[in-house]
Amino acid sequence: MSGAVDLATVWAFIIAFAVFVYIVMDGFDLGLGILFPLFPRKADRDVIMNSVAPVWDGNETWLVLGGGGLMAAFPLAYAVLMPALYTPVIAMLVGLIFRGVAFEFRWRTQRERNRWDSAFFGGSLVAALAQGVALGAILQGVHVEARQYAGGWWDWLTPFSVLTGISVLVGYALLGATWLVMKTEGALRDKAYQLSWVLLFAMLGAIVAVSLATPFLSVQYTQRWFTWPNIILTAPVPLAVAAVTALLLRSLANKYDYQPFFLTLALFLLSYAGLGISMYPYIVPQSITIWEAASPANSQIFMLVGVAILIPLILAYTGWAYWVFRGKVRPGSGYH
Amino acid sequence: MFEGWDAVALARAQFAFTMSFHIIFPAFSIGLASYLAVLEALWLWTGREVFINLFHYWLKIFAVAFGMGVVSGIVMSYQFGTNWSAFSDKTGPVIGPLMAYEVLTAFFLEAGFLGVMLFGLNRVGPRLHFLATLMVAIGTLISAFWILSSNSWMQTPTGYAINANGQFVAADWLKVVFNPSFPYRLAHMVLAAYLTTALVVGAVGAYHLLRDQHLAGPRVMFSMAMWMATFVAPIQILAGDQHGLNTLEHQPVKIMAMEGHYQSHKDGAPLILFGWPNQTAGRVDFAVEIPKLGSVILKHSPTAPMDGLDTVPRENWPPVPITFWSFRIMVGLGFLMMGLGLLSAWMRWRGQLYSSRFLHGFAMLMGPAGFIAVLAGWITTETGRQPFTVYGLLRTADSASPLAAPAVGSSLLAFVIVYFAVFTAGVIYLLRLMAAPPHPGEAGPPRDVPARAAGITPAAAAAAEGAP
Ligand code: HDD
Ligand code: HEM
Ligand code: HEM
Repeated sequence: MSGAVDLATVWAFIIAFAVFVYIVMDGFDLGLGILFPLFPRKADRDVIMNSVAPVWDGNETWLVLGGGGLMAAFPLAYAVLMPALYTPVIAMLVGLIFRGVAFEFRWRTQRERNRWDSAFFGGSLVAALAQGVALGAILQGVHVEARQYAGGWWDWLTPFSVLTGISVLVGYALLGATWLVMKTEGALRDKAYQLSWVLLFAMLGAIVAVSLATPFLSVQYTQRWFTWPNIILTAPVPLAVAAVTALLLRSLANKYDYQPFFLTLALFLLSYAGLGISMYPYIVPQSITIWEAASPANSQIFMLVGVAILIPLILAYTGWAYWVFRGKVRPGSGYH
Repeated sequence: MFEGWDAVALARAQFAFTMSFHIIFPAFSIGLASYLAVLEALWLWTGREVFINLFHYWLKIFAVAFGMGVVSGIVMSYQFGTNWSAFSDKTGPVIGPLMAYEVLTAFFLEAGFLGVMLFGLNRVGPRLHFLATLMVAIGTLISAFWILSSNSWMQTPTGYAINANGQFVAADWLKVVFNPSFPYRLAHMVLAAYLTTALVVGAVGAYHLLRDQHLAGPRVMFSMAMWMATFVAPIQILAGDQHGLNTLEHQPVKIMAMEGHYQSHKDGAPLILFGWPNQTAGRVDFAVEIPKLGSVILKHSPTAPMDGLDTVPRENWPPVPITFWSFRIMVGLGFLMMGLGLLSAWMRWRGQLYSSRFLHGFAMLMGPAGFIAVLAGWITTETGRQPFTVYGLLRTADSASPLAAPAVGSSLLAFVIVYFAVFTAGVIYLLRLMAAPPHPGEAGPPRDVPARAAGITPAAAAAAEGAP
């Protein structure tokens, strides 16, 4: 049995990795959409769009891997969580449609360009909010009976899930702002700096609020974080958050180009690790563990071979694509 | 809203609706990606400007269509969980890995190289750029490979066992992936995608030739498209015939529905050309039929006996009228496509390929035929599998999520509104791009510009294309 145990854990890490890469990559790109109304000038918007146009599709593919991988490696979890999150997931999909088509559509028309700019903003906003709400809804647990979701279609809506929704929104916006700092110049970059300050404080507030609220959701979370000897493992997380925050403040004050973005990513990674510490080994908190949800070993091994060979390859050519479009994006260097 | 509706029926409607939109875009982009790779190869090889002009012309169209394919595809991948959770739990161990391989081998490849293909020609140079185009084209084909494998497994499941939780698990992966209907479905679908694209390219070429027969770009594209129609349409009909024989072997009930065979025929079944299948009475009203031909086509003997739906319990009947009619629409269009191919070959031989207004008019009318045939084909396949999702093993009614009708009804309504609003706009933009002829210097950057040269700005490109 121990062999199977290890496989499930390996797969939990693979799925967690895919979801994290998704958050990192699509996070900044959704963040740009969220910030769009703050940049009303057409020239600025063109630059913002062009800074992600060549890579957004690849970014979103990690979401497909997260969902598809979940179905393949933990079918029971996929089957329970998706109906439980029905409304937020459908809302996210609709949001992704609007923002995804805007990348091409806004260049194809002048009269309706503002409409697609709004679609880019609205779609990004809804998708980010829905992802945050879904996160909260998973953390607070869902009602399961006989291998099926057994709750209603509004159970996900609680003050906690609204809080996580807003937190993710703010976090993505911060990623977007620091991305702009890295990829743009002049007045656009100055404005991105100002926004980064505001959003950083908002994000810190959100991290504190979610951290304070989570232990109240279930005793399991409280025990995980605050009892001996767990605390030896968990205490470094808040300490590291404090350290990264200090570095981030310094890099903004010094107007560095690259550091703010990558330090924000570090902040995301720490928050994400915190979530993992809370949840493990449950995949549907308080009801289904990764071992209960796992597909049979031969399915997981069959895919593991592919993952081991293909993920490094994918990271390599994705890296190459980012490299091709490296550096600052200038107005008029339109890609179209 | 939607209180008292049947939640499973709503979920089926939603799946069929979103899937029908999704398949339209891949059917076009699988073919177009290969066409673009051919155009770029011809340009690299001959250096003729007309090829790079055509490449850039169709690249813009590809970008729009591909974007719509991606967003509608993401919806599909999540719908298995949101609306078919019981299905996902039971088949996840078998179908899940196939779809995960699709993501790993196809979607990442397409997405990773798409940016370079669309925007990178003057950053990476022509050779690497061609590599990117090739990768995108190969990615679309790999995508078809995996998704059709998983769909085919649902049609003709092999290589599986059932575990203690009632889940399907793989006993032999090779048998799962290469299940009996898969090779036929793959060949038929890829040919369908190529034909669909050829018909669109041909229609656009014909439209511009009707205005001016001397335009170089439209001449080249029209000629290329008509070669495709001439050769591939007959091959497609052969492939379809083989596919049907395979279906007879593995899903005989589907064939009964496609043929409208409610009754068994002990000494030779007729071919029903047209008629009105009457599901309650269990017969085809107003049938126009050719005696014995059904047995000739399916069994290669005029007197071979054929079972009908009277040998099948009623609760296992597919919705015959839909299966029957969608099949006839597909086959009818297939023969029209072959007709177009033959006519173009004859006109080519007589030297009138670029001047025959009749041919150009016909080609324009056939522009959308590929999409209609693809939809009709899928509707045949999927309704013919009913009332099962995994043929003979898992019923559609036992596959759905435990959701109440109002939830599914609302999402269906949302998808209908959003899809029509968004994709109608997209189709209008596509038609506008196609309405402008390819012009010399079609956003084609010089071959040896420095890496950081400014490309054509989007606004200028949009203005040049005559967008309002
Ligand atoms: C351009 C598109 C196109 C054209 C012209 C045709 N088909 Fe087709 N057909 C498809 C596109 C398609 C498809 C979309 O690719 C389907 C749906 C699922 C599949 O595997 O292929 C399909 C399914 C399909 C099936 C159902 C197989 C099954 O589910 O078991 C049969 C028997 C045929 N076709 C047969 C034919 C014949 C005899 C044709 C001759 C005229 C023909 N098709 C033309
Ligand atoms: C290749 C991947 C595909 C898979 C895995 C798949 C899977 C499914 C599933 C699970 C259902 C069950 C819902 C139901 O029975 O109503 C279904 C139904 C259906 N699908 Fe597909 N499908 C695929 C491709 C397509 C395509 C390309 C079309 C294109 C038009 C399509 C059209 C339909 C229709 C019309 C139904 C409804 C059948 C009915 O309710 O009678 N499917 N499919
Ligand atoms: C239920 C069945 C299906 C699911 C779940 C599905 C899923 C998806 C997803 C998630 C994407 C976006 C990929 C990205 O992010 O880049 C996509 C795109 C695509 N799909 Fe599907 N798909 C289905 C059916 C089909 C079928 C039947 C075909 C063709 C035979 C097909 C061919 C493609 C292709 C070629 C693309 C690339 C985008 C484009 O060409 O427009 N898919 N699909």
